Amino acid sequence: MDAANYLYLSALLFTIGAVGVVVRRNAIVVFMCVELMLNAANLAFVTFSRINGDLNGQVVAFFTMVVAACEVVVGLAIIVTIYRSRRSASVDDASLLKR
Amino acid sequence: MVDLAISVGQTQTPEAVLFWVLAPLTVAAALAMLLVKKAVHSAILMASVMINLAIFYIAQDALFLGIVQIVVYTGAVMMLFLFILMLVGVDSSDSLTETIPGLRPIAITAAVGFGGLLVSLIGRATLGRNAIGLEAANSLGNVQGIAQLLFSRYVWPFEVVSALLITAALGAMVLAHHQSIQVRPTQRQLSTQRFRGESLANAAGLPAPGVFARHNAVDVPALLPDGTPAANSINATLQARGDMLTSGTFELGRVDTSKGEEK
Repeated sequence: MDAANYLYLSALLFTIGAVGVVVRRNAIVVFMCVELMLNAANLAFVTFSRINGDLNGQVVAFFTMVVAACEVVVGLAIIVTIYRSRRSASVDDASLLKR
Repeated sequence: MVDLAISVGQTQTPEAVLFWVLAPLTVAAALAMLLVKKAVHSAILMASVMINLAIFYIAQDALFLGIVQIVVYTGAVMMLFLFILMLVGVDSSDSLTETIPGLRPIAITAAVGFGGLLVSLIGRATLGRNAIGLEAANSLGNVQGIAQLLFSRYVWPFEVVSALLITAALGAMVLAHHQSIQVRPTQRQLSTQRFRGESLANAAGLPAPGVFARHNAVDVPALLPDGTPAANSINATLQARGDMLTSGTFELGRVDTSKGEEK
């Protein structure tokens, strides 16, 4: 097996995550799809780190994890705030700025 | 598989077996995440994808990242997701009808194009040399190698990221902070209200639920001496939710005086 197979898997997972962000309506599921995209990028980083024999890629993946954790914390707080005022977690309902 | 121009070396057979068993499972779980209706099922599938990715990290000599993936992602982040799901309501299943007409075909076409682009790019890229592998870089151990990089070359980004984490925590606290609209009355005020109000009907407190009813439960209204249910003996929240049992079924029958006993 070729180590590049991990890159194909990463590309596939990233694409699936991107479709999920566009197609799903529930804000929490959209968030999980964003997480999937970040995880796919991490897999690519780790694979390239192995291909290049260099730990820099793993350090970048580590930083990505920290940033993803921050994003989840703030994003879920926003979802809870929106849910508290609008009683809905659907991304279609939060369209107050449009009107 | 496509014949690859990129030559990054062959891996050992056990890893190939691991990959070909787990990679289809991962892709299937990710796809199912898109297709299932309930958000909780999506979360469980997402957790399985993350665990599979952790196994891939460990298989690729990234032991530290593999453990961190399990601890941080499947441990902390997915728990947070499930916690928020419970808070928002597990029953809120997503309607899979598309609200913007034609969005789904466009999204899928764009995704197929994007994915095809990525895959063909990876297939055509040439590295010009073989994969090196992490044996040399991990000679002191994976954690030690990462620590050496993190605390020398990346020490400034590391500090910035810590500031980011603190900011995120503060932001979440500010967002989750709930400002109460009215001042809560103190016990003294409530007591004054009870005795100096218009009537002394409730001066001794509201009737407790279930008293004189046939069932001693909080969702059954108390029965007044004349046999009628007392609506104010039920908690207002239960009433608003409609969780209160209809009092008619628990009303006492009319006392039949001729036989001298209750029905």
